[in-house]
Amino acid sequence: MRSPLELVGAQPGPAFTVTLDGREIEALPGQTVAAALWAAGVTSWRGTRGQGRPRGVFCGIGVCFDCLVTVNDRPNQRACLVPLHPGDAIRTQEGTGHDD
Amino acid sequence: MTERAHLAVIGAGPAGLAASVAAAAGGVRVTLLDAAPEAGGQFYRQPAAELRARRPQALHHQWRTWERLREGLRTHVQSGSVRHLTEHHVWCVERNDDGFTVHALLGPEQEEPAEVRADAVLLATGGYEKVLPFPGWTLPGVVTAGGAQAMLKGALAVSGRTAVVAGTGPLLLPVATGLAAAGVDVSALVESASPKSFVRRSRALAAQPGKVAEGAGYAARLLRHRVRLLAGHTIVEAHGTERLEAVTAAALDGAGRVRPGSERRIPCDTLAVGHGMLPHTDLAETLGCGLDGLAVHVDDEQRTDVPGVWAAGETTGIGGAALSLAEGHIAGRSAAARLTGTEPGPGTWAAADRVRTRLRTFFAALDSVYAPPAHWTEQITDDTVVCRCEEVTGGAVREAVAELGAGDPRTVKLLTRAGMGWCQGRMCGPAVAGLAGCGLTPSRRPFARPVPLGVLARAGELDHQ
Repeated sequence: MRSPLELVGAQPGPAFTVTLDGREIEALPGQTVAAALWAAGVTSWRGTRGQGRPRGVFCGIGVCFDCLVTVNDRPNQRACLVPLHPGDAIRTQEGTGHDD
Repeated sequence: MTERAHLAVIGAGPAGLAASVAAAAGGVRVTLLDAAPEAGGQFYRQPAAELRARRPQALHHQWRTWERLREGLRTHVQSGSVRHLTEHHVWCVERNDDGFTVHALLGPEQEEPAEVRADAVLLATGGYEKVLPFPGWTLPGVVTAGGAQAMLKGALAVSGRTAVVAGTGPLLLPVATGLAAAGVDVSALVESASPKSFVRRSRALAAQPGKVAEGAGYAARLLRHRVRLLAGHTIVEAHGTERLEAVTAAALDGAGRVRPGSERRIPCDTLAVGHGMLPHTDLAETLGCGLDGLAVHVDDEQRTDVPGVWAAGETTGIGGAALSLAEGHIAGRSAAARLTGTEPGPGTWAAADRVRTRLRTFFAALDSVYAPPAHWTEQITDDTVVCRCEEVTGGAVREAVAELGAGDPRTVKLLTRAGMGWCQGRMCGPAVAGLAGCGLTPSRRPFARPVPLGVLARAGELDHQ
């Protein structure tokens, strides 16, 4: 399958490792949290406050706040906006993100 | 004062870029503030620099226009007449006795403040997408059409292998062809407008040969990627438990109701859905600018009714990138003339004015063609979540309307919390208004984005030092 990276001839620097709930996943320089999670096949990383329903990216531009995630112990970060750095620890978030 | 007049332009999409270049060329000092790490806005959203894309134009249209804009910005930045502040999320513009203070939050964290003082302000804040709810629209894998495109253009990311693109509006075509070009199998483009409505408006649409050719280009690309076009259809449900597995599409009858028995299930892991665009007007409203309906009211020079405040692009009405460029150019020229104490002559922006008139007429015609199904609220079941943030269902909203007498979104909000969450009603506003049986009205949000209390407490302190 052709990928978006191939389509635009992207030549990013070497991939680095971040963690999702302790599990190692790869990320590319310049990727946001949401992009790296999508690339790893993950589409939800938050349970809603009321019903605990799974959520991930919806608007993709920082307006809807559906893609909230905990990065390096800071809860409620918008995964579609926040870029990743080597060693970042991403944690799925339940409820308000302040409970655990 | 010997220093040149200072104009703050908010938003670095087509309108803001055209305005910045025109204003700088007209002799004023410009500070261009934008939330993104790179200029371009949504239409010319660029891949993150570290991804080092050699052919970003493969995901774009009107790339030569972008190259001209980018070069114009670069020239003026190098000469010092434009200062480009990236990753500045503007949350409020305040009017003072001697000008304006633009309040922003820095970086993706949006915790640290920054303030910019200016003699005048030009709002080019763009728009965001309207999405009407249906059962299953909160499942992971369901994204807005613009969101799918933003993730593709900016992050070079797609959420799956098989997509359906659905809703209504001109945005769906580039989203479908963009995803297909990036290797996603796009099973169908489900557009609720019927082919008949295009024929009815064909004269107004054919008056724009360039736009018709653009449409034909998309049609050819859809064919090439074997994307099935289901016009006069709508999505009635998204299926899945933990994530999207399929959607059900159905045909619409002449009255805009789902035709019984026409339902078909289409397997997919991604649904990109949108029902048109809404202008971002928060900053303008807080400044006290008057609106026409949902858009900022401007005169022929793109001036709002607040002295010293101009507006251009989607914030003054949805009309696409080419119209935004024309409006931005006019606004920048006008601001430069007025701030240097000259009256703009009648021919100052004649060409841009002709483009503006032509495209406004064209988009008014498009607007009457592209429409959600007339009875879209019937697809919202009582257990469909309408307010995604506060998890308020269609049933709860209907109860507030039918049993508690709520007749407008504000009362529904007070009774149910719909629109009270993180997004401040931007996502559910149109649906709540529809369920309450009234039109969407401006929401009057004092701040354009969440602001840490500490920042709010310190705002303006710099002025008093």
